[in-house]
This record gives sequence, structure tokens and C-alpha cells, in this order.
Amino acid sequence: MKFLSLILAHLLRSKRRTFLTVSSIAIALFLFCTLRTVMTSLDAGIRASDETRLVVRHAASLVFPLPLAYRDRLAQIPGVTRVGYGNWFGGYYQDPKNNFTQFAVDVGSFFDLYPEVLLPAPERAAFEGERTACIAGKALVQKYGWKIGDQIPITGTIFPGTWPLVLRGVFTAATPDADENAIFFHWDFVNESIPEGRRDFVGIYWLKIASASQAAAVSARVDALYENSARPTKTETEKAFQAGFISMMGNVSLLLTILGSAIVFAIMLVTINTMMMAARERTTEIAILKTLGFSDGLVLQLVAAESMIVSLAGGLLGCGVAMFLFRRLDFTAGGMIPNFRMLPETFLFGLALALVMGLLSGAAPAFLAARLQIAGALRKVA
Amino acid sequence: MARIPFIYNVRNLAVRRVSTILTALGIGLVAWVFIFTLALAGGFQSALRTTGSSENAIVIRKGSTTELMSSVSREAAGAVLSQEEVARATDGTPLAASELMVVWNLPRKSGTTTNVVVRGVSPKSLLLRPKMRLVQGRMFRSGLDEVVVGSMVASRFQNCSVGSRLKLAGREWTVVGVLDADGAAYDSEIWGDVELFMPVFDRPVFQSLTLRLRDPSQFPALKKRLEADPRLSVEVKREDEFYAAQSGMMAGLLRALGLFVTSIMSLGAMFGALNTMYAAVASRTKEIGALRAIGFGRGAVLASVLFESVLLALLGGVIGCLLAIPVRTFTTGTMSFATFSELAFRFQVTPGMMLAGLGFSAAMGLIGGFFPARRAATMPIVEALRQA
Repeated sequence: MKFLSLILAHLLRSKRRTFLTVSSIAIALFLFCTLRTVMTSLDAGIRASDETRLVVRHAASLVFPLPLAYRDRLAQIPGVTRVGYGNWFGGYYQDPKNNFTQFAVDVGSFFDLYPEVLLPAPERAAFEGERTACIAGKALVQKYGWKIGDQIPITGTIFPGTWPLVLRGVFTAATPDADENAIFFHWDFVNESIPEGRRDFVGIYWLKIASASQAAAVSARVDALYENSARPTKTETEKAFQAGFISMMGNVSLLLTILGSAIVFAIMLVTINTMMMAARERTTEIAILKTLGFSDGLVLQLVAAESMIVSLAGGLLGCGVAMFLFRRLDFTAGGMIPNFRMLPETFLFGLALALVMGLLSGAAPAFLAARLQIAGALRKVA
Repeated sequence: MARIPFIYNVRNLAVRRVSTILTALGIGLVAWVFIFTLALAGGFQSALRTTGSSENAIVIRKGSTTELMSSVSREAAGAVLSQEEVARATDGTPLAASELMVVWNLPRKSGTTTNVVVRGVSPKSLLLRPKMRLVQGRMFRSGLDEVVVGSMVASRFQNCSVGSRLKLAGREWTVVGVLDADGAAYDSEIWGDVELFMPVFDRPVFQSLTLRLRDPSQFPALKKRLEADPRLSVEVKREDEFYAAQSGMMAGLLRALGLFVTSIMSLGAMFGALNTMYAAVASRTKEIGALRAIGFGRGAVLASVLFESVLLALLGGVIGCLLAIPVRTFTTGTMSFATFSELAFRFQVTPGMMLAGLGFSAAMGLIGGFFPARRAATMPIVEALRQA
């Protein structure tokens, strides 16, 4: 520790170079944190899911609906405590670009199944009592500047026409990972308004089970019940269902990892270069230090510590800025990724990476400095 | 005004070998990331762009933004076929195909599952897409439990090679052939007989109708007449525009990601170039003083340092381009928001992207070299010569 001032003096010797190096490391780690946050935010749905909720859908895909008649049978299956259902609506607000999550749900069971949707009691009563009512997440309400009582026309793509919904409540999410960019409205309203031939079909059933340990058994029971019917089912935990969605996005995570590694590697090369230049310019000084009696090991430590400090400073700056932007400012990447939020692990991961970069980039110059021959070094410059 | 010979810069870079290589590699990787993201977005877009033809029109239900959400009844399809703008096949029948489209969840070879587009087609479907060729096996026979698969499906999914049995809608189907559409979206689809698919998939209506126009310039008239007919309730779009529109959101997202990453990252690499060139100038103070003393002007020194920096960056750019060549063999799949199913595509590296990568590198060198060059040019001669 007593050599700290010596190291700092070295770093301040060329302020511009230290500043540029710290900045380039900060930039690399900022990008790293950003890409990792994209990945973890995509997975937010998985973390938000409840292990005691099962999702039942048509075995082929969500595109095919299941009959409403399944509801009563599902309720009788041992282990199931509550049955809810709904349809993915897939419409948009004003412009096809505004396609946030919209669900037509069975209002009677919805709040039992989704306790993380928090709604004040009077608003809930108003929502339940009106056929055309809807509730919207706080984030969405703020984005579009809606007020309670506003008419929110949603244009259907799966269910044609414009649906005149009235905002009766603004919900908040009980956990940060749950999605506030969504609106919910009455399944009954949609069902009554579509042509008779399409009525009484449900996109998804949600089952509440008593404990997570029963998930596999209950799923198997449901699927066995409908296995040989015209509309077989696929039942899985909400977590598995969400994970399936992410897997449909393809190898996004692989692509982001490739990009992230390339960035970190590129900046590491730049840093190694800088550290070597810095050591080379100080050949005389290092020789003098050794003449004064600094051991090879101490010189090695000094040079290595210098690069570690630079890397760590860059890491703190880059990860800190990312943390500030992606947590405090509620940045959503233009609404493309709801819940864009940086996790504390990402911050620590970034700092660890910065330390590794410092270690690797300091290794070569530190080694060269330790092996420096005093006489030769002093003669070269003279 | 005399110019400092270029060979001076080349030799300078060669003398500082390690530093030159490290800086060039750093810049090269930035150029690589730049080309990589362009190739990703370009590949996705080109898969959908090359799918449609401007000679074809597609008819879907009014208000549906995608084929998946659309439905076209047999009656409506019949009415469309009788329009005079529809081209005729050699046997005089309309050159058009009513198709069914569903998505089906299938296991990838990696074990994860994803949705695949399953399309019920009629005999004219292949005629409407002249780029599609049968690369293996044969076409399915009408009325039999046979399907053909796109080349991307064949290579990426389980049970999808010729001869294997594939389970769809509770039945087993034999895969009898592989179709290749040269990178278009059809490569990610499974095709079978529409008349068999309709009862099996329990679908009473078609999803779309694709037709060849007798003359592409007649499209506006046909569109106007069909869309005005209240009994049909359809929308008519040019096929190429229909598919190009599907690529918009995803390609935009990929491009935005690429632009964001590369623009910030280039700043980091530029700082590296700045450091290198500052060091290059500092260690050559005496030399630069000497150059000025024997008559080279400020402009000549400025140009020389800038040139060296750009040369260094271009070296990096070339490395980036060389590293980017193998990228074209990468294949990936991502979800197309329009079909909720996987669209597999090959990364597309074009000479234009490579040139853009080189230009991008040169710009980094130019900006990174400017400040050190200015410092070299404005150095007082006497002091510079006096330096150790």
C-alpha cells in the first residue's frame, strides 16, 4: 500500500493516456453490461413465472384454440385448485407498431391466478362490473398518457374490428420482473362479439396447483386426458412455457455472446498495447528504481498494479454508468424490451471482467520490467 | 510543397511491430463486429426480400396484418380466380394457388422446440415460385400422407430428412423431398397437399391466395376492384412488398443493435489509435524536428502522421474483412414476428459491407490520428530538436 502514491504518480505522468485507456475500458464494459442486460431482460418472463402455475395449450401451437368445455374437466383434476383462461389478443393501439401484450381473460379467476397484478379494490370492482372495461399496466399508461375513463380503441388482427375498451384501472406489478406493459380485458366481451362459429374457444388455460412438486404429475394427468382427442393439449409450468418462447427467438444469446466477447477482446488488445507503450517509455525510470534497490518482484507488482488500477477504474466507470442508465432511468430500448433492467450480478460480472483484463494486459509489460537489465537499460537511453 | 515519402510511414509502422499489430487487431475486431451485425440484418432481410415476386399478388383477409391471422373462404377464392388480370397456365386454368398455413411446434436437432410454418399448397404453388427447386427426392403426391420440406427445415429439425416419418396433426407423414428456394423464407417451411391438409388440420378456409398477374401494371386496378367488393372483404398486396414489410421490425431491431454496439465500440478503438499515434509522435519528436528543419512544412508533417494513422487503421480494416469472410457460412434462425415461427437464414456478407467496414476503419484512423498529427505539426522546431 505504501507504494500507492508511486503508482498514482506513474499514472498521472501521462494524464491523457491514462484518461484514454480508462475510457476505452469503460466503453467496453458499458457495452458488455448492455448486451448482458438485453439477455437477462429477455429472461425476465422466466424469472417472473410462478412454479405453481401451469399453462395448458393446444399441443401443436398457440395458434390453435381449445374448447371452453375443457374448463370443467380441468377443474376436477386432482391437484388443480383454480382454473383460469384467456386469449392472446394480438391487436394494436392506433398503429401496428404499438403491439404491447393484450389478453382477454376470464375476469372471475384472473386475480386469483395472478396475485402479482396489484389493483386498488374500487378499480377492480369497476373493471369487473363493466363488460367493455380494461385495466392497463402503469408503465403502459404513462407511455401513452391514458387516464381512467379514457376510451382505448384496440384494433384486432386475430379478432377483426376495432374494440372500444374503456380504461377502468391501472395495475402495478408486485415484482420487478413482471410485465407492466400489458392490458387485460373481458374474455366474455370478446366471445360474445365474434361470429358464432368461433365462439367458446380458449387460447390458454392457466391452472393453479397446490404446490410446485405436483407440477409434473398434474401436467401428465391433463395431457393424458386429452391425448386421443381431436384437440390434444400440452401442459407445462409457466416457467417452461416462457423458456419455450425464448428458445423460439433462436440463438440470440449466442449472437450477443459473440459480440460481447469480440468487444472485450478488442479493447483488451488496445489496453495491452497501451500498457506496453507506457512501460517502454519508462525503461530508464524502471532501471533507476532497480538501482535504488527495488527487487524484480516488487517492480513486477508495481507495473501489474498499475494496469489493474486502470482497468478497475474503467470497469467501475463503465459498469456504473450502465447501472445508472438501466436501473435508475427506466430505459426500455424504445419499448422493444419491456423490463429492461440491469441485474446486480451483471455489475459484479463486469468488474470481474475488468480485473481479468487488467491482469492480462499488465502481465507482459510487468514481466518485461522485472527482467530488465539495469546496465543495458541505462546505457540505451544515454 | 514537398511531401514526406509514404515509405517513411510504412517503415515506422514496421519498426513498432508489436504496437502496430495490437492496434490494428483492435480496430480490425471493431470492423469485424460492424460487418457481422450488417451481415446478420442483411441475411434476415434478404431471406424475406427474395421470397416475394413483383409479378405475383397475394390476397388476404381485410384487417389481417399477416398470413397467419388471415382467412379466405373458398367462395372468395373462386371469385378472385375469375378476374381477368390473373395469368393463365398453359392449360388455360388460372395461375394461382389457394394455400393453407398453420404453425406447428417441432423439435430442433438441438432438442429445443420451435414453431415451423406448415403450408398446404396446390399444384400451381411451385409454378408461382420459379426460384424453388427440388434438390432431393421428389414432390409429394396429392391425397397421400406425404410432405416435402424446405432445405433449412431438413438441416435443422428432427425427423425431417428424406424418408423419415414426421408427426403432424396426429398423423404420420413421410418426408419425400427437399425444396430449396435459394435462401428465401420458403426454405423454413413444410409443404403438403392443401386439399388433404384442410380436413386434417380442421381448417375450413384458406389463409391466402397467391396469383400471377397477367401484366404487373394491372395490379392497382385489380387491387381496387377486389378491395371494394364488400362480399369478399379482402386485401390485395404485391407479394414482394408483402414479404419485405414483414422484415421491417426485426431487421430494424438488428440494425439498431449493430449501430449502437459499433458506434460506441469504435470510440473505444479510436482511443486506442489516439494512444498509439500520440506515442508514435512522442518517440519521434527529434525526427519530426529534423524533418521540419530540412524544409518539410507543417502541412507535410500533418499529412504524413494522418496518413500513417489511416494506414494503420486500414490494416485493421483488412484484418476485419478477412475475419468476416467465414461469417457468410454461418446460419442462424430467429423468430419472425409475422409467422410466430422460425425463419432460418444465412448471414450475408456483401462487397458493399466490406467496403463500408474499410471506410469505417479509415474514419477511425483519421479521427484517431488528427490530434497527434496536429501536435506533430505545431511542434516548435528548435525545442523538438533539443529533445533527448
